[in-house]
This record gives sequence, C-alpha cells and structure tokens, in this order.
Amino acid sequence: MIEVNNLVKHYGAIRAVDGVSFKVSKGDILGFLGPNGAGKSTTMKMITGFVTPTSGTATVKGHSVLESPIEAKKWMGYLPESAPVYGEMTVEEFLKFIAEVRQFKWARKREKVDRVVQLCHLESVRKQSIETLSKGYRQRVGFAQALIHDPDVLILDEPTDGLDPNQKREVRNLIKDMAKEKAIILSTHILEEVEALCNRVIIIAKGRVIVDETPQKLKKRDTKTNAIRITVSNSDLERVEMLLKTAPFVDKVEVEEGACIVFPQRKHVIDEKLLDFCREYNMNLSSFEKLHARLDRVFYDLTTAQ
Amino acid sequence: MNQIYPLFKREFLAYFRSPVAYVVIVVFLVAAVGLSFFVANFFKAGVASLEGFFVFFPWLFLLLIPASGMRLWSEEKRAGTWELLFTLPVSTSAAVMGKFLAAWLFISLAIVLTFPMAITVGYLGNPDWGVIAASYTGSILMAGSYLGVCSLTSALTKNQVVSFIISVLVLAIILFLGFSVFTDFLNAWLPVWLADAITNFSFYTHYDSMLRGLVHVQDLLFFISVMVSTVWMNIVVLER
Repeated sequence: MIEVNNLVKHYGAIRAVDGVSFKVSKGDILGFLGPNGAGKSTTMKMITGFVTPTSGTATVKGHSVLESPIEAKKWMGYLPESAPVYGEMTVEEFLKFIAEVRQFKWARKREKVDRVVQLCHLESVRKQSIETLSKGYRQRVGFAQALIHDPDVLILDEPTDGLDPNQKREVRNLIKDMAKEKAIILSTHILEEVEALCNRVIIIAKGRVIVDETPQKLKKRDTKTNAIRITVSNSDLERVEMLLKTAPFVDKVEVEEGACIVFPQRKHVIDEKLLDFCREYNMNLSSFEKLHARLDRVFYDLTTAQ
Repeated sequence: MNQIYPLFKREFLAYFRSPVAYVVIVVFLVAAVGLSFFVANFFKAGVASLEGFFVFFPWLFLLLIPASGMRLWSEEKRAGTWELLFTLPVSTSAAVMGKFLAAWLFISLAIVLTFPMAITVGYLGNPDWGVIAASYTGSILMAGSYLGVCSLTSALTKNQVVSFIISVLVLAIILFLGFSVFTDFLNAWLPVWLADAITNFSFYTHYDSMLRGLVHVQDLLFFISVMVSTVWMNIVVLER
C-alpha cells in the first residue's frame, strides 16, 4: 500500500535522505530504526507530503504524494514527532476539527470522534483544553487524530515517546490490534518495541537503508547468538579455555572479565553438547549461561560500522 | 470551499479562545473613539460626519492588524502544528484562504462594532449615510490589505515578534508613500509621472477618496489586488 522509490532529500550540502526505497503492504508493521539524524523523520515527512523530496517518489494506495497529494493524504493517518496539537482547543473541539477537515459532518462526525475518544481512553479529558494535559494524554490526542478516519495507512513517528511503561504497552496493543487491516510504519528508538510489534525492520543510517528484514532474522545477526558464557575458578581458566578451543562444535572462545564466552559454529544451539564436553573433561563450572541474541548489539554494530 | 470552511472556523474561533480577540477589540474601540473625541474634537466640530473618526484608522490599523495577524502562520510554525495541517487532505491555498478570511472577518467585526458612533451622528444630526457606508467599506477593504501583508510576513518566520515588527515596518512604508512630506520629497527628485505612480501605491491615497464618499473602481481594485497578490505570495512562500 506504500511504495517508496529512491527518495532523496538534500538540505543544502547535507544529504539527509540518500536514495531510500521500500514497500509496505497490508498487514505489515514496519519498524523504522536508526540513530538520531539518520533520516527517519525526514523520510516519513516525505511520505506524508510535508517535505518535498529532492528526487524520487512515494505513492500511497497508488496515489503519488507529489502529483495528487490530497488523494494520498485522505488514506493516511500521521502522528508527527512530539504530536503537535492546537493547545488552546479542548480535546473534543480538536478532534471535531480534524473530522471536519476530513469531510465528516453532523452525526458521522460525532460518531467518528466518539469512536477514537473511546479507543484512546480520552473520555475523562474530553472537555479539557489540550495545553493543560500531561504528555501522555497529549500523545494520545495526537494518536486519536491520526486514527479518526480509520485510515488504511498509518505513519507514526515515535508513537510511544514520552509515555510511561503502562501507556507504552497500551499504545502497542492498540497498534497491534489494528495491524491486520492496515499498513503501518512506525519509527522508534526502543528496540524491544520493534521485537514486540513489527514484522519488518528497516535500519537507516546516514540517509541509506542498510537493513530490511524481519526482526528475528536481524537478531540472528548478533555474533553472540547462542553463545554460552562459562565461569570457572581463576586457576582453572587457562586450561578450560585451551580445552574448549579443541571442541569440534566451537568456533572460537573469548575470555571476558574472568569468564569464557564460547561461540558455536554457525550459531548452532550447543547447550547440551557443551555441557557433556565439560563433564567429560572434569571442568568445575561455577556458572553456565546461555547468551541470547540482542537487537541492541546488532544495532550498534550496524550503525557504527559504516 | 469544503476544505476552507473548517479551517476558517477554527481560526476564527481561535481568536476568542485566547485573550487576543478581546484585547484587540477593546483597544481598537477605545483608541478609535478616544482619538475622535479628544484629537479631532468630534463634538465641538459641530458637523454630522464621521470623517474625524475614520481618519485615524490607517494609524490604528498600523499596530492592531499586525497584532492580530502576526500569529496566523508563525504560531503554527512555532508549535509545529503546520506539519499536522499540511499532512491533512487540504491544499495550501485552502489553508491560506481559510486563515486570511477568518482574520479578516475578525477585524471587520471590530470595525463594525464601532456602529454606535454612526448611531450617535445619526441621532445628533443628519449625516450623509452614503459617505459613512463608503467609509466603512473602505476601512474593511484597507484592513484586508493590511492583513494580507501581515499574513505574508507571518509565514516567513516562526517568531511572532519578528513577524509583528516586519509587518509594522512594511505597512508604515506603504502608508507613508501617500503623505505630502514624502510626496514632496519624491516630486523634487523624480519625474511627476513616477512620483505619482509611487504615491498611488499608498493605502492612504485610496482610502482618503473613499472617506469623502467617492467609490472609484480603481480604489476598490487597488485594495483587492493587494489582497490577492499578498495571499498568492503567501501560498508560494508556504509551498516553496
């Protein structure tokens, strides 16, 4: 439903976005990752038609954002970063305004507003002016605004930014519940969020897409996938290290803070084999811990390497 | 039109959701009436006319219209809401028109609220209602032209104060083009036709003839073309 083709944006001499292409189809939740200033927000702003690209195209449901922006925007709901809203309006006035701009009138308007107020749990602040609300509520108002017309395409720039852990969870559940019917792009700095929500991840660094795959696959890139951390008494450390290096299923062994990290060959699961091996050579283990693949390590490696 | 209306409504009501509207209206009414009473000697003059009242409008507008127009776009930019606005299915021209019309209606409302002055002259004497109607029309059109300039400068910056100052400066220059101090200076230096042409760009030249009850097509066209061109530039600036 979203097609992005070779988007480029220059700000003077700076290439903020440098040839980004991808597709998002119905049912996808695409996680947009990248260090600050990598071009995530700029890419989103180009898809939503707020920033005009230097070159390249973006289409939403077949409507080019550049050539028929109004048509394209009708199908999109967008939550900009830090959820800007008209502070002097009440929640209800604001949502009614958005509904009116989206051409809902009278009873339909009321129905749409009621729906998102309920969906985003805004009943208690309905008549309150937005500037008096806490960050969490403001974010939810921004979210409600993006959902008012039940759009097929949702673009969320850091939707859980500034929320407390419970609210984050709530927003994630909300996104998950809607996912089947929609194509969703969300950007975030929280890696667990990507794991919990997304079925695809794109990592952007210096304006380029460096990874586009499933979170599971991405995670497997971690060199410590299925590695095992073993601690033994200090006197025994050297012998254990030498022995482990001889094991056929071991790729390499590293000593780190008085513990051995055993890397399996081709990231296979070696828990049992290794335990047997240790028993065989009478190693006196004081701990045996399987290391899990972690996205933050992959993220660090990928974004600092280039 | 469908697109313009919700934006127009929000912008118009926004004036009344903050103290801006009340301050602008009260200051305008007090200053307009005060000037005509104490400076133009409205009562002592003994003439059933509102000329001594309307004559101060170009000066009052010089401060009050930038005060009510400065927030139009700069506030949107500062708060980031223009990102929201321009990702909704509305065209830039609809957004600019909606805002401009809302602000214009608001200022027209302030002008129309001076109607007790008209009632007063009507009660005390026998004024020429045609002149008064022309003066009101002229004021409203001039207010629209001022506002076009303010809306444009407001789109250039996210700082309301900067927007206010630039508006006042630009408006002051355009206004002064029509005054004798300035035109004498021009006449001394430039050929008459050029000096005349420059003088004709002043709001004052066109407003003045309407105050005397003369509604010329060229005066109406002047104000309308100022509005159209500033609104158009406003759209261009935002679409950049």
